[in-house]
Amino acid sequence: MTAIPATSRRLPTGGRIDRSSPIGFSFDGNDYSGFRGDTLASALLANGVRVVGRSIYRGRPRGIVAAGAEEPNALVEVTWPGGASDPMLRATQVELVEGLRARPLRGVGRLVAGGEAAGGANGEAAVFDKRHAHCDVLVVGGGPAGLGAALAAGRTGARVILVDEGPELGGTLLAMPDDGGDRIAGGPAMAWASGVVGQLRALPEVRILTRATAVGHFDHNYVLVSERRGVADGRLWHVRAREVVLATGAHERPIAFADNDRPGIMLAGAVRTYVGRFAVRPGQRAVVFTTNDSGIACAGELAEAGVEVATVVDARMDVAVVGTAGEPTLTGVTIMAIDADGRPTGHPRDVECDLLAVAGGWNPAVHLYSQARGTLRYDERLACFVPGATVRGVQTAGACHGTFGLAEGIAEGLAAGAAAARAAGFGDGKAPRAPSVDTPLLPADPDVAPGSIAPLWLVPAPDPDAEGSTHFVDLERDATVADLSRAVGAGLRSMEHVKRFTTVGTASDQGKTSGVLGSAIAASLMGRPVGEAGLTTYRPPYVPVSFALLAGRDRGELHDPVRTTAIHPWHVARGAVFEDVGQWKRARYYPLPGESMEESVLRECAAARHGVAVMDASTLGKIDLQGPDAGEFLNRVYTNAFAKLPVGSCRYGVMCRPDGMVFDDGVTSRLAEDRFLMTTTTGNAAPVLDHLEEWLQTEWPTLRVRTTSVTEQWATIAVVGPRSRDVLRALAPDLALAPEDFPFMTWRGAEVAGLRARVFRISFSGELAYEINVPTWHGLAMWEAVIEAGAPSGITPYGTETMHVLRAEKGYPIVGQETDGTVTPQDLGMDWIVSKTKGDFIGRRSHRRPDTGRPDRKQLVGLLPLEPDDLLPEGAQLVDDPDGPLPMRMVGHVTSSYRSAAVGRTFALGLVRRGRERVGEVVHAPLVDRTIAATIAPSVLYDPDNLRRDGDG
Amino acid sequence: MLLIPCPWCGPRDETEFHYGGQAHVAYPEDPDALDDAAWAEYLFMRDNLRGPFAERWSHSGGCRRWFNAVRDTVSHEMLAVYRMGEPRPEIP
Repeated sequence: MTAIPATSRRLPTGGRIDRSSPIGFSFDGNDYSGFRGDTLASALLANGVRVVGRSIYRGRPRGIVAAGAEEPNALVEVTWPGGASDPMLRATQVELVEGLRARPLRGVGRLVAGGEAAGGANGEAAVFDKRHAHCDVLVVGGGPAGLGAALAAGRTGARVILVDEGPELGGTLLAMPDDGGDRIAGGPAMAWASGVVGQLRALPEVRILTRATAVGHFDHNYVLVSERRGVADGRLWHVRAREVVLATGAHERPIAFADNDRPGIMLAGAVRTYVGRFAVRPGQRAVVFTTNDSGIACAGELAEAGVEVATVVDARMDVAVVGTAGEPTLTGVTIMAIDADGRPTGHPRDVECDLLAVAGGWNPAVHLYSQARGTLRYDERLACFVPGATVRGVQTAGACHGTFGLAEGIAEGLAAGAAAARAAGFGDGKAPRAPSVDTPLLPADPDVAPGSIAPLWLVPAPDPDAEGSTHFVDLERDATVADLSRAVGAGLRSMEHVKRFTTVGTASDQGKTSGVLGSAIAASLMGRPVGEAGLTTYRPPYVPVSFALLAGRDRGELHDPVRTTAIHPWHVARGAVFEDVGQWKRARYYPLPGESMEESVLRECAAARHGVAVMDASTLGKIDLQGPDAGEFLNRVYTNAFAKLPVGSCRYGVMCRPDGMVFDDGVTSRLAEDRFLMTTTTGNAAPVLDHLEEWLQTEWPTLRVRTTSVTEQWATIAVVGPRSRDVLRALAPDLALAPEDFPFMTWRGAEVAGLRARVFRISFSGELAYEINVPTWHGLAMWEAVIEAGAPSGITPYGTETMHVLRAEKGYPIVGQETDGTVTPQDLGMDWIVSKTKGDFIGRRSHRRPDTGRPDRKQLVGLLPLEPDDLLPEGAQLVDDPDGPLPMRMVGHVTSSYRSAAVGRTFALGLVRRGRERVGEVVHAPLVDRTIAATIAPSVLYDPDNLRRDGDG
Repeated sequence: MLLIPCPWCGPRDETEFHYGGQAHVAYPEDPDALDDAAWAEYLFMRDNLRGPFAERWSHSGGCRRWFNAVRDTVSHEMLAVYRMGEPRPEIP
């Protein structure tokens, strides 16, 4: 690292640093000191640290290039005081704090392990929040144009939010010297800015967010703002604005010449920022390479700061920097004249320097504007892409609009703010009077038109055979003009293709310095005008956003709501193993000490088949339907008839979609003439309610029916097995339980364990069973009463795994397991549930479509592996000939598969083409390591004649 | 994210809504009167327009009411909202 005397690197006065507040920090293991107000980048420059890392693929030394979000080189890993860390930040955006430790990123990057990676800032320790905000006018950017816009809008009384990515408002004004710089309203530029900020703070409807970057601009002015708050702390603002004023400024672009990546080569605007805002001399002897007036201003400010300006290379005078020297840092440049085609000509001249300030022109920061569907057009006079057609509710002002003059920028901001407020319903749209602006005169050259720009993108190497492999376009990606040449040579014409082929613009800086440059060079290589060839699409986020910020507090338990039943604590205490069913936690099985899942399930099944078992079925979806037309409505949504169901009775029903495929099933009970209680599959409760409401509101609005979800309001306890009547008798001595008094598929209101309850004789196992429903509040008490009353009968709690086995033995399908949206009731062998007489219902006409009538449809069958111990994997595909040629014709698949104590073997359910007429035939499931053969069987394997549902005698 | 003006609740974020596809595709008066091709047309075929498009939305995270909207499928501008059963308004 070149040793520049420390005393000469920091200016004695000026800048917006606090020289009375020194700050100690370390970089790459070395201790340094800076001041409050520094960024890590400005402090490194002030300490003479010129090499801040190596390039990602080629390992070339790299230095700080820029002063803001566009920095392509100075990527650092930061450990904050307190230990929190961020894996990748830009040194140009890191505010210096005492004890900060930074080190350069090396190589192509890596995933950090565990919590550290969770988002930077130390995962668990960091706190990220979300806020939702609405405003009339959102102003993005707190530079001169943005301040003007916020002021003009704020004065109308409109609700205004002003966001700026820096810690201090002012934008480019922050770098202007109080003496000798632009003067606004007769005083120093920052004095005007501070005055405006003071006025804004006094307006009650104006909110100012600093350290806040608008990262995405979405439909209807929905803008995401990432706000940094102190160390390892931040907020994601979701802002909905009626109107948006984008005053996002511009990014300076580099020029592609040979070896344009040496440390010491910086953007001229960044040089001005380091000198003016941070009081840092980035070098001792400078060359300025410019295409426009801003380089001239840079040279003047460098000289004012005591930096020797060796020469100004003004491309408008047909000269250019054609190469550089220095290892590891810049020691000199080579200058040549260029001809009308931009090719070097004449004699080279070498000039010694340790700083090269490059002013290649300005690209309006149109990222957000483009995200908001704004189109761009190429402005030949400005040699940049500027906003084209207007976007509803979006205005651009200042440099973002291609308006680079300070006076014009402020005036444009004021006008945009007033117009935006007017559009949002505030004020008369008249812009406040713009302040006077006095800009110091630049040294004028008679050969150069003031304000003009030479559209110079590429300076070819003097050697015409050079490939341009050190003409860097994208520093972060190490991509060069040679790469662009290869892309164009390979025939690529779309800029999107060139981008992906070369990776120019794909790094974490998203091409802020390289995107337009790369597109312009590619266009010229194709021989097309820059404007016609266009740019690649700007996509959010504007700057990298950590996943931790996006997640906010929606992580861990709060990531997705967890639903538990009233009885959940009992299951936990009993050591149940849970499974997730949608958002519900359901007990899967209740292992005894040392028991495997298989052993538990066999034990629980045996209890249900031979004694009594109990399950928490509270998660079952429940919908209360009320109204005089409720019966007619059910007739139309179920395939079978409900209108004439007597009060006190229950009926199983299947619902189809209009295409005739099974949508849901469940038991619906008539509570009163005009009231039904529908049950749905656990995971389908919300979609079924949506379905019912959709048809009621959109097709049958004259039906007098109201639907309400009551899933959460009722706890459901299924008491199952031949001994279940004993338990009910003990709990409800007043309830007549004989099958003739309380038959299958009826329900009774009763006092059970001293609580008002509804008892349903419904069975999902084929056994005698009662489902006791009580208000959720009483669920746990009822459960405990059942457990106590069942103790003499050896009552056994069982979970979803046993429920699945019991129902599968009976051939009861589960919607979503046996069905997948392509299965009709007829496919399930449930022709009996599809009414032929009651009139139209949803799906009926589709059951006559040629496709649903095909004889070779897959049908639900049982599958019995030839080896009674073999368990078919669920999802296995079935073929007729496992030794046949590939690809094999698949004839079906396995939907459910279990071990059954009742059947004394393994068994499965599956969908098989023409399955019902193939009972007795053998199909094969070819697996990775073996093939399982199975016999096709009827789908009901246990108690096919339903002899057990009233008990075993 | 779209800002959708629910006819009952006012403008709300798109996340509160469910999309319901093309509007004014009524369930056929007499499905049996349709041949298979006409029934398949009702079941499966929908317009996919560039420009103003009448479509159904449900304010599922709010009032749970269905309504119709005309949205420009290019700009996503919501041009009109109106209640179920009402005719599509003229868009100037």
